[in-house]
Amino acid sequence: MPEQTFIVNGARVTVDVEDDVRLLWVLRDILAINGPKYGCGINVCKACTSHINGKAFNPCAVPVGALKADDEVTTIEGLPGQVPDRQRGEHGLHPMQEAWLDRDVAQCGYCQPGQIMAAVALVNKVKREGRSITDADLDAIRNICRCGTYTRIREAIRDGEQRM
Amino acid sequence: MSDVRPTRHDAEDRGSFGRRRFLGYLVGGATVVAAAELTMLTPPAAAAVPSVPQVADLYDLNELLTDAALPTSQLITVTIHEDGSASFALPRAEVGQGITTAVAMIIAEELEIGLEKVRVTLAPARPELVWNQITGGSNTIHAMYYPIRVAAAIAKGALLEAAAVLLGYGVDRLTAYQGLISAPDGSTASYGDLAALAASPSTRQVAVDLKDDRSFGVIGRPTNRIDALAAVTGTKVYATDLTVEGALPTMVCRAPTLNGRPVSVRNTAHVKAMPGVTHVALISTGVAVRARTFGQCIDAIRALDVVWQDGPVAGLSDADILAGVKAAELPMPALPDNLLAKTISADFTFYFRSNSAMDTNSAIADVRSDRAEIWSSLKNPIWTQQRIAQSLGLPQDKVKVNVVEGGGSFGRRLFSDGAFEAAEASQVMGVPVKLMWHRADDARVGRAHPMCTSRVRAMHSLGQVLAFQQSHTSVETDYRHGVGEMLTATAADLPLGLGNLGFAQTIFNTTQVIPYDFGVLLQTIMETDSRFNTASMRNIYSPDVRTANELVVDQLAKAMRKDPLAFRLEFLRNARLKRVLQEAARRAEWGKSMPAGMAQGIGVHVEYKGVSACIVEIDARPETVNRRVWNGVTGPRVTRATMVMDPGLAINPRGVEAQMQGCINDAIAMTLTSSLHLRDGHFLEASWDNYFYTRQWNTPPQVETVVMPSDERPGGVGEAGVASACAAVACAYARATGTMPTEFPINHNRPLGFEPKSFIPPVPQSPTDGLDFTY
Repeated sequence: MPEQTFIVNGARVTVDVEDDVRLLWVLRDILAINGPKYGCGINVCKACTSHINGKAFNPCAVPVGALKADDEVTTIEGLPGQVPDRQRGEHGLHPMQEAWLDRDVAQCGYCQPGQIMAAVALVNKVKREGRSITDADLDAIRNICRCGTYTRIREAIRDGEQRM
Repeated sequence: MSDVRPTRHDAEDRGSFGRRRFLGYLVGGATVVAAAELTMLTPPAAAAVPSVPQVADLYDLNELLTDAALPTSQLITVTIHEDGSASFALPRAEVGQGITTAVAMIIAEELEIGLEKVRVTLAPARPELVWNQITGGSNTIHAMYYPIRVAAAIAKGALLEAAAVLLGYGVDRLTAYQGLISAPDGSTASYGDLAALAASPSTRQVAVDLKDDRSFGVIGRPTNRIDALAAVTGTKVYATDLTVEGALPTMVCRAPTLNGRPVSVRNTAHVKAMPGVTHVALISTGVAVRARTFGQCIDAIRALDVVWQDGPVAGLSDADILAGVKAAELPMPALPDNLLAKTISADFTFYFRSNSAMDTNSAIADVRSDRAEIWSSLKNPIWTQQRIAQSLGLPQDKVKVNVVEGGGSFGRRLFSDGAFEAAEASQVMGVPVKLMWHRADDARVGRAHPMCTSRVRAMHSLGQVLAFQQSHTSVETDYRHGVGEMLTATAADLPLGLGNLGFAQTIFNTTQVIPYDFGVLLQTIMETDSRFNTASMRNIYSPDVRTANELVVDQLAKAMRKDPLAFRLEFLRNARLKRVLQEAARRAEWGKSMPAGMAQGIGVHVEYKGVSACIVEIDARPETVNRRVWNGVTGPRVTRATMVMDPGLAINPRGVEAQMQGCINDAIAMTLTSSLHLRDGHFLEASWDNYFYTRQWNTPPQVETVVMPSDERPGGVGEAGVASACAAVACAYARATGTMPTEFPINHNRPLGFEPKSFIPPVPQSPTDGLDFTY
């Protein structure tokens, strides 16, 4: 069985698994990293949204064999580690997670790790473009929340943007 | 705990809200365990209105469920631990509605302890609770508010008595605050210090007074959820996140027609030899495969070559099922339509809609020859335990059923489809399984809100509505879970669906109210056709019933040349409802001028011991309706929503607001965009790119939710806003377009917004191009 090596949440891991197994299952079923959730397996619900080399992606749509040894995967579990201590909030978390807590966004919570990872990437993207979040940016977010927490997600992203 | 006996209200205090003396128990043991069994039913509201009260006016579903809970809730216990914390095993399912937070707040309030010191877990199936372990009808807080408070108050009383001995003062001179008891001399004892001292050597009956509502500091304060930190850090545990030794990923390959059955597998050896695959086994609903990863289960399912027996609706489509529903419609009494009295008639159709949650049907099962253990998010764990024991051939007490937090329910987890399959697969394979439904299965085979029709006839004359009749006819809503226990479930399963129809009629009659003074009121329900996988979806009948109602209310207002708001305020027969509608109208700026193609709409609703009014603004202008979103559905957009609710005493107003926001988004989906299409024996929708639940591009950019102060006993909030919001969206759409819609969702019979995925194989392969879409 092939060996797969990559970095996840700051630690280099090597896993024996076939090349074509999607990263979501390697994270969840083999590495027990359960923050990224299964909601569709076809990259439409976005519940598994995580980061690769600082950008949002969906591990349900990436064969583990496509990862390089130096690719850095960050899941919700590793998100606080992406900012320096001084930027972390009262719970020791990433500013976007802190905004999520202040706004009490989560209901069932299942999609929320993916929502937060998408939100962080979106804020970083608009910052790179030298602008701030617009309603159109929020409308374009594809992460589904079946509890319908969209209103608070929108508030928390604008709040998190200020804190980031 | 077998020595705990039922308790009753102190007879003199029954129904009294001034003095609140209740009886409960201190349970014998090594620490403080306080128990309570009682509910205080509010007296029926006096009906001083010309319309004869409907059943739900006098006795609604909440009272039915609360009465069902009466004989056994003595076993609700609050325990004090030596670390100063309190624990409570809630015999209900938390699926996002926020009941663990509300319950923790109630305990913190009555016990005088910090919220962070209260641990609320979900109780496993406890058959001794008989009726009292169903999560449904938004009933948890309504039913458990007093029992939980009484148990907490008894625990506090025991701690105070122990402190009196320790500190040398009478109980009446001590104060309890934040888990600490203080004496006048400044000496203190913590609950942790007192837990063992206060333990009762034997079980004894205790009388207790509850806190005065006016001194509440926790109840009624907007509070963040107790599970929020776990949710935002990815550490909240759902069934598929659990690690159970040997329980490998397992999925089921299903038939190409709805509820088809497997006959045989032609290539078992080939599939078994695929990477990661450990087991391939025929079960009653399909072919189960177990593998090292779920991805390898998907590969195996796609490779399986199975001989299927067609399901019961093979070859049939929406139109066939609708014809069956129409054939079951009961005749409605003829109303006059002449110069003196006019009758407005309107017939509506509501298509199948999915209650699929983000967290698909899933369960872990470890079945051995002499015992079994199950882990799943279950709203009916006792019934689940009984059914599983029966099918495995085990005694009921050898099946342990653990209730795990669920990633949404919307009615889905009233049934236990994943748990039943997991138990069967584990038994057939002889190994533990972590069984998860693929999204495609959850959408196509998972339970749904049944297709139904609603016919409304309203007669008016000289500025009065003389009669308002509504006849609702539906594909059967499955109530075979009973009220949580095998005996009532068996009653629901009587031949010919008669038992289930009785349940349907009871639920319908105890939930549905026409809240207007419209003379002779009549609402009936008939159900037919049990071939589908259905369940009570969030708010059951009310979203459709109230949508049909309120559209006709707007027609009546128009016929009488009255403004929709003024008309409703004139005819509403419920003062609480009038109050929330007036508040909603003020906040929503009812009647403001809007461009052509945009309009406001109103919906109101009474249920779960509360009332709500919703006003939305919709944009149905072509430039909005025809806007493009890649792989998504647009159409008219609700641009602003205002929801005002009086839910009775709101334990956690922040939680109530969250539920209202969710209800608004459910309503937008149900009214405008989301449905299942039955074509040639199967539902086409197979994922979130087919089933168009509300997305960010559909959600209102402007949402205001208001929780009104209330002196009423706490009602239910998880579902309460769906009906009023659905009706508001439908009415706004009708006013914006000048055409009353009669089919819901309104886009159901327009060209499909997607390319249907394959039925053989039944699940789509995961893409491989994810790295092309990073941002």
